[in-house]
Amino acid sequence: MDHFSAATALGGFVERRNVAGRPLRLTDEIRDIARQPSLLFELVHRDLTVRYKRSFFGFFWTMLHPLFLMLIFVVVFSNLFRFATPHYETYFLSAYVAWNFFAQTVVNVMTGVAWNGPLMKRVRVPLSIFTLSATLSGLVNLGLSLLVLVGIMGITGVPLRPALFFLPVSLLLLGLLTLGVSLALTAVSIFFGDVREMVQAGLPALMYLTPVIYPISVVPERFRWLIQLNPLVSIIEIVRAPIYSGTVPPVHTVMIATFVSLGSLALGWMVFRHMAPRFHAHL
Amino acid sequence: MNVIELTGVSVRYRERKIRSLKEALVRGLKHPKARLVHSLDDVTLAISHGEAVGIVGPNGAGKSTLLRVAAGIIAPTEGVAVSRGSVVPVLSLGAGFEAELSGRENIFFNGALLGCSRAHMRARLDEIIAFSGIEAFIDAPIRTYSMGMVARLAFSVATAIEAETVLLDEVLAVGDAAFRRQCEARIERFVRRGATVVLVSHELEAIETNCSRTIWIASGRIEADGPTAEVLARYRLATGSIGREPRQKTVQAPV
Repeated sequence: MDHFSAATALGGFVERRNVAGRPLRLTDEIRDIARQPSLLFELVHRDLTVRYKRSFFGFFWTMLHPLFLMLIFVVVFSNLFRFATPHYETYFLSAYVAWNFFAQTVVNVMTGVAWNGPLMKRVRVPLSIFTLSATLSGLVNLGLSLLVLVGIMGITGVPLRPALFFLPVSLLLLGLLTLGVSLALTAVSIFFGDVREMVQAGLPALMYLTPVIYPISVVPERFRWLIQLNPLVSIIEIVRAPIYSGTVPPVHTVMIATFVSLGSLALGWMVFRHMAPRFHAHL
Repeated sequence: MNVIELTGVSVRYRERKIRSLKEALVRGLKHPKARLVHSLDDVTLAISHGEAVGIVGPNGAGKSTLLRVAAGIIAPTEGVAVSRGSVVPVLSLGAGFEAELSGRENIFFNGALLGCSRAHMRARLDEIIAFSGIEAFIDAPIRTYSMGMVARLAFSVATAIEAETVLLDEVLAVGDAAFRRQCEARIERFVRRGATVVLVSHELEAIETNCSRTIWIASGRIEADGPTAEVLARYRLATGSIGREPRQKTVQAPV
């Protein structure tokens, strides 16, 4: 047996320099994550299997949860408030699955700190890989929820249109936005434990400030600009448009969404790279 | 070639950690300067390829911190830490285990954490399971294992990985006598194969058998660094221990 087979299996020789006070480098981080694709796979696999093993309904819980909420919202909003939105269930779910992915991931990365913290202290792994894997597992769950949605659209007679081919672009932008916010919140919540509670308290409020359950048209004209300031609006819109309206979203909305998600990613990484060298003192 | 190079490395912590944003706002304004605790204090050392180095010192001297900095897990507060090639730290057995997953699933998970692909682990699966001696329970979730079983499996995984440099922290402190002998055999195998081995242990005999060089750490500083016989003679004189020190270090519970 060749003793150094592992080294070559790992992709050759690396030199690592840890200089005091220097933030993480993007190139190092990407190199380290790319060198260990199996680690990313195992982390996503663990996130998914452990989550399902722990809950009674297992795998189906991811699907039952939005279905149950959909029932409530469909009853409350389309029957009581009468938004007069045709196919309200598709209207609501197409945005809610995106929102749910965002909110769940943001909470998961912060609760995951307790779970992954011991690993960050004892094993040499790129620190951002836990946040990345949580985002990817969130995307897998989002994919499953979308399958349920397609089923519901089939039952209620909403046609699937070619604009759906635009959906991967929307999901990519949604994923990047979520990754950015998650990176920042992972870092901040490692330093300050109470941030998690604050975010968890704030998320429901943010959902009602985003046109997820109601169409933006119900907001009075003079307050609409306020809602438009919410960076999630354009992202939610570009996910909803190809599914519900069957249209490719307008160019200016796509541009705003791109700007928002890349900005979030850049900002999130900046926060993360500066805080990461001091994580170990707080874990 | 040096596989590990520490230059003027210090690791300091705040004595009182600020845990919440609320606290940071209240305390940060009142006490701008918190007291610092040195875990490592201006340590400079180099370990070259193929060396077997023992590290001794009392509990809390900074031995584990030294391994973590060398492995690149934690960044120094001051100085530069360089590692070259694949460095596998085995800091606490079972650190990378997931309680809900089975022993078998954990072999792959732990392997990935240590830098090995699924294919690489699959090729060694039988050997790992056989060496751990817990074939009968390998498909049960780890949470049902005893601490000894976790340690056996973890050591079996960690040592099946063929890194160029292995950093071992107190791995001999767990398990029964038979398991300890197995561990020692594995460490000897690493040394024989020409891997760089850094062994932190209170078992001075194990260091004598395997390591030609020993570093003695006290209060975060290097007290002595040289041939094992010389350093251990001084160390034994200073600590008044003849054989092995009482094993005080508690084993980390599996996470």
